[in-house]
Amino acid sequence: MTLLEVKNLKTYFDTSKGLYKAVDGTSFDLDYGEALGLVGESGCGKTTCALSITRLLPKEGKIHGGEILLEKTDLVKLNDNEIRSRRWKDVSIIFQGSMNALNPVMKVGDQIAEAVILHEKASKKEALKRAEELFELVEMPSKRINNYPHEFSGGMKQRAMIAMALACNPKVIIGDEPTTALDVMVQAQILNLLEKLRKELKMGLILITHDLSILAETCDKIAVMYAGKIVEIGTIEDIFEKTAHPYTQRLISCFPNVGKEKILPPAIEGVPPNLLEPIKGCSFYPRCHMGIPICLEVEPESRGLGGKHFAACHRSGEVSHEQ
Amino acid sequence: MTRKMIVRKLLYAMLTILVVLVFNYILFRVLPGNPLSMMMRNPRATPETIAAVKEFYGLDQPWYLQFFTYFKHLAQGDLGISFVYKAPVADVVAQKILPTVLMVGLAEIVAIVVGIFLGIIAAWKRGTKLDVATLSFSLVTYSVPTFWLGMILVVLFSVQLKIFPTSGMFTPGKDFATTAAMLQDLFRHLALPVLTMSLVLIGQYALTMRNTLMDVLSEDYITTARAKGFRERYILKKHALPNAMLPMITIIAINIGFVVAGAIQVETIFSWPGLGRLMYEALRARDYPLLQGVFLLVTLSVVLANVLADITYSYIDPRVRN
Repeated sequence: MTLLEVKNLKTYFDTSKGLYKAVDGTSFDLDYGEALGLVGESGCGKTTCALSITRLLPKEGKIHGGEILLEKTDLVKLNDNEIRSRRWKDVSIIFQGSMNALNPVMKVGDQIAEAVILHEKASKKEALKRAEELFELVEMPSKRINNYPHEFSGGMKQRAMIAMALACNPKVIIGDEPTTALDVMVQAQILNLLEKLRKELKMGLILITHDLSILAETCDKIAVMYAGKIVEIGTIEDIFEKTAHPYTQRLISCFPNVGKEKILPPAIEGVPPNLLEPIKGCSFYPRCHMGIPICLEVEPESRGLGGKHFAACHRSGEVSHEQ
Repeated sequence: MTRKMIVRKLLYAMLTILVVLVFNYILFRVLPGNPLSMMMRNPRATPETIAAVKEFYGLDQPWYLQFFTYFKHLAQGDLGISFVYKAPVADVVAQKILPTVLMVGLAEIVAIVVGIFLGIIAAWKRGTKLDVATLSFSLVTYSVPTFWLGMILVVLFSVQLKIFPTSGMFTPGKDFATTAAMLQDLFRHLALPVLTMSLVLIGQYALTMRNTLMDVLSEDYITTARAKGFRERYILKKHALPNAMLPMITIIAINIGFVVAGAIQVETIFSWPGLGRLMYEALRARDYPLLQGVFLLVTLSVVLANVLADITYSYIDPRVRN
């Protein structure tokens, strides 16, 4: 049984200027103990995708179509009470930056304990005991659960956040840029910790980032998002060795190579399309260096390229793999 | 907060009070007009009388000697003699404290409770008609002139409906058989000044509470709490309000400090025998000792309220504690 299956998810925002199609037909799946990296530019719909899974969208946002199957239960169809009881218990989220993701006037241990009390019907004492265990699991001294968030460094806050995310043994953990605000050393520690934990605890991990390089080391699969759609999805090898979408190729060439000559990597010129307006043809066409007339007319379908490798490009076979 | 920090805060507070005292002393003396001009209106006042009065109050001394005399007496707890009341300033002021604290204090309590409640509702129901209604009410009462509002309420409740008396603290010349009867009379007199005063104050509390709470509700840790599966009410109570109350404490403390200063406009309109009206009368009569006495009291209470706010703050905000 697949752990999580997202099928043709459509999440739109109702704005004063019209319908903003933040996520428009996204599909992917995730297995137990597997890690999926979701990568793309700011505003491409990564976070909206994550928030849709536990239906934490702001009130302007609505799921207009698709299914989110968690062990065969469609989360989209659950009522408010049912989805609330699933949050954190089944799917927990480690938020962006983590700087403010913890309540500044509440002890960290209490913040962990309250989730345990809510979902596991534990007593306060048991819940705090659990918080101590979780701190040890994320390699922090257990007595620090009595500290407030401001007494922690950035990396420690992120560890505490991870401990909190593990509180109710969730099946899926979503990391929304969990290492963005951290320095490189701490970033590596946090990623290693996440990798170790998801393998030990057999959890599915969705890692959202705009940094492809960190996904290469921690994930099994990568999905590249552009303008609300997944343009390419596949294993690490598929994405890096058999790149089949020009956008992926440009993203890969965007990270500097330390060993080589000192030149700044080429930027991807132009800006992503306005998602308020209907897009004809391929949404990446205006920025693409491989565009041909058909790209302007027909939206490319996601096509299988062998195994679990899919790409939505008319010229997917011709993308060069050299960097 | 450590004892050392509290001591340091108190020392700073004392320094502030000292500076304000000097400033007040100078302020009243550079104001145009002097107390003798009031007395000289009396046609029977001879130059000899005026000279005698001058000598009695020490006004014949050079300014620097008056200054040192003032501080010497102050150190002994002597606030001087009021020019107008011909009685020790301390006694005159003491009589007015209770009515003011009663009236303004009650109004503050009403305004804080109602204002914060309205602010919470507005932020919670952001964008709905309830929010618009609360916001409009707050803006209107916040910007309405106090004296105008007071007069409108008098016209409405005293003249038209005849429910509440127009002025004073008790019905003049009335003997009360029981304490209950006296209290009832007091509360009937309190109603309009308290209503006016709290209406004026509610807006500030409601608007600040609404803005702070809206900021807090958009913080990441609120999203975290939602992701944890909590109900909105629980999130409001446990996560949003403790954070939103922090800035409110500062505003409440500053306003509580001014409770003692009374409300000059409200007390004048309703002839409330409090410190605000006393200040107004003292200013008109250029009654320096009395003015300085009232200002000293106001300074003390404002500074003290701020020290208390600092200490309270350190208890509710862990980031300030260390």
